[in-house]
Amino acid sequence: MSERLPRPTSLWEYANPRRFMAFSGFLLPFVAAGTVAALVIGLVWGFFFTPDDYRQGSTVKIIYIHVPSAMVAINAWLMMLVASLIWLIRRHHVSALAAKAAAPVGATMTLIALATGAIWGQPMWGTWWAWDPRLTSFLVLFLFYLGYMALWAAIENDDTAAELTSVLCIVGSVFAVLSRYALVFWNQGLHQGASLSLDKEENVSDVFYWPLLLCLAGFVGFFVLLILVRTRTEVRARRMRALQARERMT
Amino acid sequence: MIALLKRDLALSVRAGGGFGLALAFFLIVVTLTPFAVGPNSATLSTIAAGILWLGALLSCLLSLDRILALDYEDGALELLATAPIPMEGVATIKALAHWLTTGLPLTLAAPAFGVLLNLPPEGFLWLTISLAIGTPALSVVGTFGAALTVGLKRGGLLLSLIVLPLYVPTLIFGAEVARRGAEGMAFETPLALLAGITLATVALLPFASAAAIRINLR
Repeated sequence: MSERLPRPTSLWEYANPRRFMAFSGFLLPFVAAGTVAALVIGLVWGFFFTPDDYRQGSTVKIIYIHVPSAMVAINAWLMMLVASLIWLIRRHHVSALAAKAAAPVGATMTLIALATGAIWGQPMWGTWWAWDPRLTSFLVLFLFYLGYMALWAAIENDDTAAELTSVLCIVGSVFAVLSRYALVFWNQGLHQGASLSLDKEENVSDVFYWPLLLCLAGFVGFFVLLILVRTRTEVRARRMRALQARERMT
Repeated sequence: MIALLKRDLALSVRAGGGFGLALAFFLIVVTLTPFAVGPNSATLSTIAAGILWLGALLSCLLSLDRILALDYEDGALELLATAPIPMEGVATIKALAHWLTTGLPLTLAAPAFGVLLNLPPEGFLWLTISLAIGTPALSVVGTFGAALTVGLKRGGLLLSLIVLPLYVPTLIFGAEVARRGAEGMAFETPLALLAGITLATVALLPFASAAAIRINLR
């Protein structure tokens, strides 16, 4: 492990487990520091140094957890889709392991978004839950995560599991998008539309905008951090198994 | 391919009791519904279309693991993999056989069960049509789920967990057609979308199913 690797000439060389371990080990402390800084500053700024909304009072502050977790929940699936495609096309094991590592994180973020949404919805809409398309599609997304994780857990052979879950992830992505539009058709919602777009006139006001951006950055950093740590754990667990298998042979 | 279809049909009718089981399950779901929500016929008639769709979907789910599991266990699937027909064709035929033995009987039985649930008279035609259009998608998606889990010892529960979220769009549009038909509203849009989903799944999903079967046979 200690001899130096030649400088990489292509991005794909990071798919080499050894190079991935070296590079992610180098990257980890920086990501961790950035994440902690963004989260602490964003959350403290958001919770203590922004005014209460004139209609929503202080409940508006749940936005600093609700919006970032929802964003990570969706993008975690997107990342799993990309990683699955890379695995199917180029057969890099690290990619499959990263997809595996992302699923529980995404599922947890989905749950956090649903829970904070319910807590926010109770005083604002007067109900914990409504069959609104946005809420319902998050619930469906959570079910997709559950199925994906259950398939990973059920199959013993690692490579078969990686292949089958990749196929499921691709098909599931199509159906997740379909469900989203079906749900919009099915019921009109209570949830407000997008209010953070870069190209729109109507956004949340500037007082909330900057701490929210910091919280978003913090959550994304947190996601990247968790993925790196979990993927490293998976790589190490696989090495352990290989070593144990070799010992049993001799 | 015709021979394979005939074989699958004969197997499901004669052996294992898969045929008819789905219908019996559907009948039980329909019978239990009034016990759960009360015998008030006005209530029943408003939820009849939805309950019938949900019952059909669950009955369909019941027999999914039979699509491929038996062939996987006795090695027939490996023979099919070396046969001159492509695996995509096998997956399509398996889904078709499943639809002919579950989806089609469910569709035909649904109006009779609609009587039990006090479905409004205008609803019968559109319930049957929506089921006829929607259930092929259930079979094709189910074949995909069965292909994913065929290598597992106890894949039944996992199969349901994987397949049910994939049923969401079909259920929404199918039940919407049946409900709007029963209430005399315009139903052309959901009907077209339902048909679109069925056609797209029939056209594309066999490729994914075949890929999953090949992975499991390796």
